[in-house]
Amino acid sequence: MFRDAALVAGKDLRIEARSRVAMNQVAPFAVLVLILFAFALDPDHGVLVKAAAGLYWVAVLFSSLLAVQRSFAVEAADSARDGLRLSGLDPAGIFLGKAGAVAAQLLALEVLLGVGIVAFYDTRLHGAALLIATAIVATIGLAAAGTVYGILAAGLRVRETLLPLLVLPAVAPVLLAATRAWEVALGQSADNGWRWVQLLGVFAVVYVAFGVLAFGPLMEES
Amino acid sequence: MTRRATNILGLVALALVGTTIGMGLALPRTVEQHEYSRMIAIHPPLAWASYVSFGVTALASALYLWPRTRSRFWDLVAGASAEISAVFTALTLVTGSIWGRPTWGVWWVWDARLTLTALMLALLLGYLALRRVPGDIGARGKRSAVVALASALVIPIDHFAVDWWTTLHQDSSIERAKDTLGGPFVAAMLVGFVAFTVLYAWLLVLRFRVEQLEDRYEVEGLDVALAARRAEALPLREPEVVA
Repeated sequence: MFRDAALVAGKDLRIEARSRVAMNQVAPFAVLVLILFAFALDPDHGVLVKAAAGLYWVAVLFSSLLAVQRSFAVEAADSARDGLRLSGLDPAGIFLGKAGAVAAQLLALEVLLGVGIVAFYDTRLHGAALLIATAIVATIGLAAAGTVYGILAAGLRVRETLLPLLVLPAVAPVLLAATRAWEVALGQSADNGWRWVQLLGVFAVVYVAFGVLAFGPLMEES
Repeated sequence: MTRRATNILGLVALALVGTTIGMGLALPRTVEQHEYSRMIAIHPPLAWASYVSFGVTALASALYLWPRTRSRFWDLVAGASAEISAVFTALTLVTGSIWGRPTWGVWWVWDARLTLTALMLALLLGYLALRRVPGDIGARGKRSAVVALASALVIPIDHFAVDWWTTLHQDSSIERAKDTLGGPFVAAMLVGFVAFTVLYAWLLVLRFRVEQLEDRYEVEGLDVALAARRAEALPLREPEVVA
């Protein structure tokens, strides 16, 4: 299973490295979202600093939709999905591989967005351990949930509009928990940040387990 | 369930809902909440019915996914129940808002239970949108069941998330009603619980039947239309034999 996962993740990341869609389209989109937030909220009144954690995670959430859509768009051309189905790879491995590749791209994007909020919103990053732990666990959850819904919508004609409707309510707790944890790390709140990381961990475990179990049957139907 | 039994269930449901409304309107106004305290007769029961119907959708979806119990029946039950759940959830939010405006001073507050209910409605709308996507019935059933289960799994996480986030809502309505509002309020609310549960059962039977008919239409519709067109066509004339 893990060997298959590594194969699929390697394939997806190689496609990404060659096509550079994430770098040339998704990353600029995410940064643009950060800039648009600054237009929407007055930067002079300190609103941006207070809201930085939430805005950051909203930008990550929107970008994750694009990353998931891209992850399944590369399987749509030349019936690559059928090829994947017939390849004999373990469906659980394919799920872990695709989710892993999405997670890797999101983590890279999060570093970029982190630089973005420091530069544009004048945010000071404290509590590195909490920041990094939150980002990693939340990203695993986002990638796993996104990949489950991505394969669900993959074969459908209405996938572009359906995917956000399915994914966004499902990942709402990730946005809530990751934002609260980051607020603590950025010194905006005195909450216990680590309990939010635990909740993110539960979400990630639930969706990874769900994806490992459900990906096979879903791939047959896509 | 026979048509007669369904009709009796419907009559019982309507009578119970009528009784709930009657009992609710007969409640005295309270000092704190004025006329709005009467909402207790319908708001908690609606919320209860929305949770029950969501639970039935999740259970039916699990039974559909389980190979031994897989049958079209469970897929239809899940779909029918989800639609009713969406209606009840929306009504819960609306009645809550109507009550919240004079009591809290705003239509909406980001309270744990409200937020959870709103998230549940969003999950249900996504599920129903997925069910409406045309395609192979078996594939659609499996996809929908997976989404229903995934939604059910995320609800407890949502519960903790929004609970930690902020809490402003009343404690459990039954506990509160017992302590502060007294007997008639509890009685009206309990009748409401029964009434909306029976109403849900009746609506479920009706919606299930409509889904069955939609199914039949999807499967047999083309054949019926072809046969009708054929019957309309002029009968072919026998070729005339030239002597």
